[in-house]
Amino acid sequence: MLISRSDRGLLASWWFTVDKLLLSAVLLLMASGVLISMAASPPVAERIGVDSFHFFHNQLMYLFPAMLVLFAVSMLDPRQARRASFWTLIISLALMVAALKFGPEIKGAHRWINIGPINLQPSEFAKPAFVTIAAWLLAERTEHPDMPGHLFAFALAGVFIGLLVIQPDFGQTVLVTMTFAAMLLIYGISWVYVGGLVSLGVAGVLVAYETIPHVASRIDRFLNPEKGDTFQVDTATQAFKNGGIMGTGPGGGEAKQVLPDAHSDFTFAVVGEEFGLIACLALVMLFCFVVMRVLRRASMEADPFPALAMGGLVTVFGLQAVINMGVNVSLLPAKGMTLPFISYGGSSLIGMAFAMGLILAFGRTRPKVRLPAGDWHLAKG
Amino acid sequence: MGDAGGEGPRRLAGQNRLRLVGMGFAFAFLAICAQLVALTVLPNLGGPPEARLPVEARLPRPDIVDRNGVLLASDVQVPSLFADPKKIIDIDEAVELLTAHIPDLDAKLLRARLSQSNRFAWLKREMSPAERDAIFDLGIPGIGFVNETKRVYPMGRLAAHVLGYVDLDSKGIAGIEKYLDDQGALYTASLADPETQSAHPAEISIDIRVQHVLADEIGQAITKYKALAGGAVVLDADTGEVVGLVSLPDFNPNDSNRNFKSQQQNQMMSGVYELGSVIKAITFAMCFDYGTATLASRYDARFPLVIGRHAIRDFHGLHRVLTVPEIFTHSSNIGTARMALEVGPERHQAFMRRVGLFDRLLTEVPETAKPLLPARWGKLVTATAAFGHGFAVQPLQGAAVVASLLNGGKLITPTFLKRDRATAEGLAQQVVKPETSRIMRELFRLNVTEGTARRADAIGYRVGGKTGTAEKVINGRYSKNHRMTSFIGAFPIEAPRYVLLIMLDDPQPTPSTFGQATSGWNAVPTAGKVIERIAPLLGVTPILTPDDLKKLEKQEKQALAGKGPD
Repeated sequence: MLISRSDRGLLASWWFTVDKLLLSAVLLLMASGVLISMAASPPVAERIGVDSFHFFHNQLMYLFPAMLVLFAVSMLDPRQARRASFWTLIISLALMVAALKFGPEIKGAHRWINIGPINLQPSEFAKPAFVTIAAWLLAERTEHPDMPGHLFAFALAGVFIGLLVIQPDFGQTVLVTMTFAAMLLIYGISWVYVGGLVSLGVAGVLVAYETIPHVASRIDRFLNPEKGDTFQVDTATQAFKNGGIMGTGPGGGEAKQVLPDAHSDFTFAVVGEEFGLIACLALVMLFCFVVMRVLRRASMEADPFPALAMGGLVTVFGLQAVINMGVNVSLLPAKGMTLPFISYGGSSLIGMAFAMGLILAFGRTRPKVRLPAGDWHLAKG
Repeated sequence: MGDAGGEGPRRLAGQNRLRLVGMGFAFAFLAICAQLVALTVLPNLGGPPEARLPVEARLPRPDIVDRNGVLLASDVQVPSLFADPKKIIDIDEAVELLTAHIPDLDAKLLRARLSQSNRFAWLKREMSPAERDAIFDLGIPGIGFVNETKRVYPMGRLAAHVLGYVDLDSKGIAGIEKYLDDQGALYTASLADPETQSAHPAEISIDIRVQHVLADEIGQAITKYKALAGGAVVLDADTGEVVGLVSLPDFNPNDSNRNFKSQQQNQMMSGVYELGSVIKAITFAMCFDYGTATLASRYDARFPLVIGRHAIRDFHGLHRVLTVPEIFTHSSNIGTARMALEVGPERHQAFMRRVGLFDRLLTEVPETAKPLLPARWGKLVTATAAFGHGFAVQPLQGAAVVASLLNGGKLITPTFLKRDRATAEGLAQQVVKPETSRIMRELFRLNVTEGTARRADAIGYRVGGKTGTAEKVINGRYSKNHRMTSFIGAFPIEAPRYVLLIMLDDPQPTPSTFGQATSGWNAVPTAGKVIERIAPLLGVTPILTPDDLKKLEKQEKQALAGKGPD
C-alpha cells in the first residue's frame, strides 16, 4: 500500500506525522513481552494449578485490545486526546472508589474490580489519564496566568494519590507522586517549591513507614537484609548470577521455578537467568531509548500542553521501568511494580498502551501555529 | 523559538528542565546496567565454581528415625578435596605428598589434573575425616576442601525397602525418601526450621527390633526351605501402622551400585501375588456378613464342583458334607466355592470393592502395585476367586483387609508414618459387622488349635491364623510343583493388636518337613517363631494355662538335651 503525501485522510496524515522509530520501539517491547512471558510464566501457572500456558495465552489475548488502543489513541489530535483522557479519568476514578467498596481483597488491598468476567485494575488506566489532564490544567495557566489551573491540578492529584493510599498501593503512590513532582518541575515552579515538595515527599514516606505496617516491613527488609524475608530479591540476585553473560538458555532457568512473581514483578530476573546480561542490557537500552526520545521530542515541542503531557507520561513509563528493574537487581526496596509491556497483566498492558498512544499522539508533527500577539484567542473563546 | 510574551503559545517555564529529567533517567538506567554487570560478571570470575544447588535443596533433609527414635537415615558432611592448579607452586612435591598420604590416588592422573590450566579440579570426592586432617597438616598451597552431603543408613539393609534411597543430589528416589520429596513435601517442610538450618527427624512407624526379627527369621526360613524369596509384614491392627516390613532378598541402601535384580524389589508391595487360601477368610466374612451362612451351615464337599468345563477339587479331600468351621480348618476349596456361589457374583464383586481389593493401595511408600483382577466376573470367577485363584494383590493390601476382618470390621489404610488411635478411628471404614469379625476371630483361633496353622501357636500368645498355598503361575500356567506359601494371623486373637503376614516363594520339600512343601510346613512354623520373638518386644502379655506351662517345660528340657523343638 502506497500512501500519497497529498492524501489528507486520517491514516495518511497519521502515517506521515507519527514518530515511526518510537512506534517501532514500543512494538518491539510488546513482542519481547510475549516472548518473555512464554519463558517466565509456565512454572507459575503450574504452581497455582492452571494450564501451563494460562498466563501466556492471556497475555496474547490482551495484546489485541492493547494494540487497538495504541493505534487508535495515537491517531487523536491533542484536543481529542484530552477529551479521551478526561472521560477515562472520570470513569477510572469512579471505578477505584467502587473497588474500595465492592472489589475483592487481594493480598490485603482493594485494587481490583470485577466487571462481569473482566478483572480490572482501574488505577492503571487512571495514571495516563491523570497525567494528561494535570498537564492540560497546568499548561492552561501558562497561557492564561489568571486561570487557577494549578489549583485544580493539585486537587486532582490529591484525590488520585489519596485513593491510592487508601487502597493501599504504596508502589503506585510513590510513582504518581514522583511523576506529579516531575511535571511541576517541567511546568516551571521555582526551586524553593521543589525543595518544599521533596521534603513533603520524604515526610510522606516517613508517615507511611510509621503508619502502614507492610511498607515499614518492606523498607526494613531492604535496609537490613538479614532481618526479614528477602526470598524473592535473593532468588533474583542468584538468578542473574546463574545467567552470567550469555544466560542458561530458554528453559534453563531455575529461579522461575521458585519465584512467586516470576511472571509479573520479577520477570526481569528470569530474563537475566535465561537470556543473560546481553539481553538485559538490550532491554534496558530499549527502555532508555523510548524515554530519551520522548523527552527530546517534548523539549522541542512548542505547545505547553503536549510538551508537559509527553514529559509526564514518559516519566510514568520510565519510572516504572527503573523501579521494577532496580528492585530486580536489588538497588531498590521490593515493591509491586510491573515492567511496562513485559510483565504479565492485562490492565497494566492496556493502560501502558493508552499512555504510549497518548505520547505518540502528542508527539505527532503539527503545523506550527503562529498567531499574532494580543488577545486574539481570547476573542475567539 | 518561543520568546516569552511573544507570539504564539508561551513555552513552559521549566521546559529546559526536561533535560534534567533526562539526565536523571540516564543516571538511573546507567546504575541498573552497572549493577547488572556486577551481578552477572563479577561473581563468575575466578574461584572454584560454587556448587549450583537447586534452590529447594537448601532446606536440610530430615533424619529418619524408627518409632522408638532409633536413627535409620541421616545426612553426614563428607569432605571432598579440590585444587586450584594455578596456585600450586611445586607440582612434583604436591603429587608426592598427596599420593604418600592417600595411597589410592593415581599419581599420573593427579599430575595431569594439577598441570591443567583450569582454576578448579576435583582430586578426591568423599574422604574420611582422618584423611582430610592428614592433608590439612601437609599445608600444600592451592588445595582445599568442600563439604558435600552424603546420606547414610546406619541400619544398612534392615529397613531398606521402606526407607528407599536418595540420588547423588540428595533427592529421594524410592521409598519414604521419595515421599519426603514428593507428596510428603508439606510434612517434610513442617519438620524443617529454616532459621537454624536444621530439621526434626521424620518418625516412621517401623520398629527396628521387629524388623530385625523378621529379617532374621525369613532369612533362616529361606535357607532352611530352599525358597527363592520371602517376606513378612507386621501391622498394628488398630492404627494400620506398619510396624515391620521385610522382603528378602533385599539390598543395602548405602551401596552406590543399585543395579537391582527383580527379586530385590519390595515384594510385599510392588509385587502382586495370588494369596491362595488366605483369601478364603474374606469369602467367609462376606458370607457371614450377608447372612448366607452361619457357623452351623453345612456344604456338600463329596464330589468336585463342576462349573462348565471346569472342576474344582479339594487338596486334602474329606469327601463328605462339611460344616463351616470344617471348611475353614481343612481349607476346602469346594466348600468355600459353594459358599461364595450362594452370595452370587454381583454381591461378591460389591464386597471385594468395599474392602478395597479393586483399587490400588496407596501408602507413603510409592512403590505399589495395582491388584490384578479377572477381566469378567462370572459364576466361575466367583467360585475360584472365593479361594484365592485368579486374582492377585499386594501382600500388604491382603494383610490390611484381613486386619479389618479381625479388628471389629474397621478397614484402615496402612501407613508408614506414626499414627495415633484417634486418627485411625477417623480414617477407618466399617466394612463388616463387629459380630462377623467376632466369628472370624473364632475361626482363626480354631484353625491354629485344630487346623492347618497349628505350628504357628506361640505358647501363651493366643495366635489365630489362616494358611495359604497358591500354585505359582509359570509361563502362563499353574504349576503343580512351584508354590507361594503364606500365613496370615493375628495375636492375641481375642482382641488382636498385631497382624502378621509371612510369605515364602517356592519353598522346597525337605526331610524335616517329611517331603511336604505346603504352608503348614514352612510359612506357619516361621510365623510361630516370629511371634514368639516379637510379642515380648511389642509388649503383648502372655497368658499361660497349666497345659502351656507343661509344654514350655518340655521345650526347655529338649533345648537342654541339645535338640530344639521342630
